[in-house]
Amino acid sequence: MIYALCLILFLIGLYGVLVKKNIIKIVIGLIIMDYAINLFLLLVGYKKNGIPPIISKGDDIAEFARNSVDPLPQALVLTSIVIGLGVIALMVAIAIRLYERNGTFDITKMRRLKG
Amino acid sequence: MNIIPLFIVLPLTVAFIIPMISRKFIKLPDVLGNLTTLTLVFLSVSVIGKTGVYMIGGWKMPLGINMVIDGLSVLMLVTINVVAFASTLYSVDYMKMYTSKLRYYSLFLLMLTGMNGVVLTGDLFNLYVFLEIASIASYALVGFGCEYDELEAAFKYLVLGIVASSFILFGIAVIYGSVGSLNMAQISEVIKQRGMNNALLFAAALFLMGFGLKAALVPFHAWLPDAHSSAPAPISAMLSGVLIKTLGIYTIIRVVYNIFGISERLSLILMIMGTLSMVIGVLLALGQWDFKRLLAYHSISQVGYVILGIGLGTPLGILGGLFHLINHSVFKALLFLNAGSVEYATGTRQMEEMGGLSEKMPVTATTSLIASMSIAGIPPFNGFWSKLIIIAACIQAGHPVLALLAVIASILTLASFMKVQKYVFFEKLKEKWNDIREVPLLMCVAMVILSVLCVFMGLLLIPAAWNSFLNPAVQVVLEGTGYALRVLGQ
Repeated sequence: MIYALCLILFLIGLYGVLVKKNIIKIVIGLIIMDYAINLFLLLVGYKKNGIPPIISKGDDIAEFARNSVDPLPQALVLTSIVIGLGVIALMVAIAIRLYERNGTFDITKMRRLKG
Repeated sequence: MNIIPLFIVLPLTVAFIIPMISRKFIKLPDVLGNLTTLTLVFLSVSVIGKTGVYMIGGWKMPLGINMVIDGLSVLMLVTINVVAFASTLYSVDYMKMYTSKLRYYSLFLLMLTGMNGVVLTGDLFNLYVFLEIASIASYALVGFGCEYDELEAAFKYLVLGIVASSFILFGIAVIYGSVGSLNMAQISEVIKQRGMNNALLFAAALFLMGFGLKAALVPFHAWLPDAHSSAPAPISAMLSGVLIKTLGIYTIIRVVYNIFGISERLSLILMIMGTLSMVIGVLLALGQWDFKRLLAYHSISQVGYVILGIGLGTPLGILGGLFHLINHSVFKALLFLNAGSVEYATGTRQMEEMGGLSEKMPVTATTSLIASMSIAGIPPFNGFWSKLIIIAACIQAGHPVLALLAVIASILTLASFMKVQKYVFFEKLKEKWNDIREVPLLMCVAMVILSVLCVFMGLLLIPAAWNSFLNPAVQVVLEGTGYALRVLGQ
């Protein structure tokens, strides 16, 4: 069920990218897609009532492995967030430059390249 | 000392050194950039014929990230670094048109780092990270001029590029959830034991969409003509020459053949996408009058040939596909450099306004004639051999219709490049171009290097070169999921 919600979030983002005409709304759509995937990655490693994946002295290894959540997706999400930050910064920078050139955020008015 | 990590460490280090130390020395970015790419060319030539696995930080396979070098990686490494060297050599004079050379070289080397990383890594998430490094650097480089056209193209490229990356990351997450590993060899091993299930098929579809967008195969091709024609010429050469192949085709080959294992269904999808790109790309190119835009549409068409050859799945088809991949890197990079030279001299990209430039620009005209004949498939240039192999492979695999389409696309390519030669270089010189001159020496040297490669790359098919360079790459693709055994066994 929760996976389906995650997919719906992803599709909302994709809808925003494909349908909206305003650059800022497209950027927001991309950010939503990014977050949907981050959420999905976290869910992959999630366990109900799981404990944090930090082992301390005297823990039983087998029991720890059974109870703790998977730490790897959390590390992946960190990387993915950092990459997302870089991409979004670049995207917003280009959007600002486009606004300076055009005075509008409407992509239907930016159609010089075609054919 | 193991030289595999140097392919990533060297350009990455120099990319950060250049903006730090070269504010005071104007020439230093040029020197450092060219030295780095030249070193990488020698390094990549020195690993021809080698195979091996390198564990980053000494961590053993399932825990750490590993790098794998095999025939296919070597083939891509040599191609990437040779084209990168020609591009940096060309940039020395060409990039004087733009403002900030140190940022340019820094981004260029980051892009190179990403591409070298993609072809070397043996870990799926690591592949995604390198792919994003290369992509982000290329978004910034497409918009490097900050003029209106460049910004519009960069924004389109950026949006579609991020959608593609999202699909790829989604696919990786699905695979991790289903298999429980990110190591490509281990994933392949598990898939071989359990067979495909619905989650893995979903992941395969996501990968085909994501990598297909990066490779600009036909349903996903809309961003390519804008981005590749608006970027500075050496960047266009890198994008069309190697970036779409590294981020798109190489990754498709690795994922489809070495991780999932080829099946009838995947093979059919690749063949259909390849044929569509091949035909539609060249049809769209016919009506173009912007020099670089025409070349960009031809990239879509030629990438179609590569994917068609790979999709056939027969030894001959794979050989043709891979051979066409490296040939296309060389001649398309050369054509974009030619277009850049023409733009450098005349200041325009519209072919109707040019004419008779061969009188004034003999080096550019000759090299572009060689490149045009290569891409049109005229013997004895390199493009002829690879197209011949692909067409023969189509007939051998029992698809005469595809062979016919490949021949037709090739004839249309020839027609299109006859138009280029006629309007740009032949005919009478127009009055307004009376005082143009040939481009500076280093730009000529870069073009001559690539055109010499165009003429002699057919020799890669003679047995000695074939056994050490092309055949190992074909064997890697053919062994399919045997990749897992080879990597895990070491």
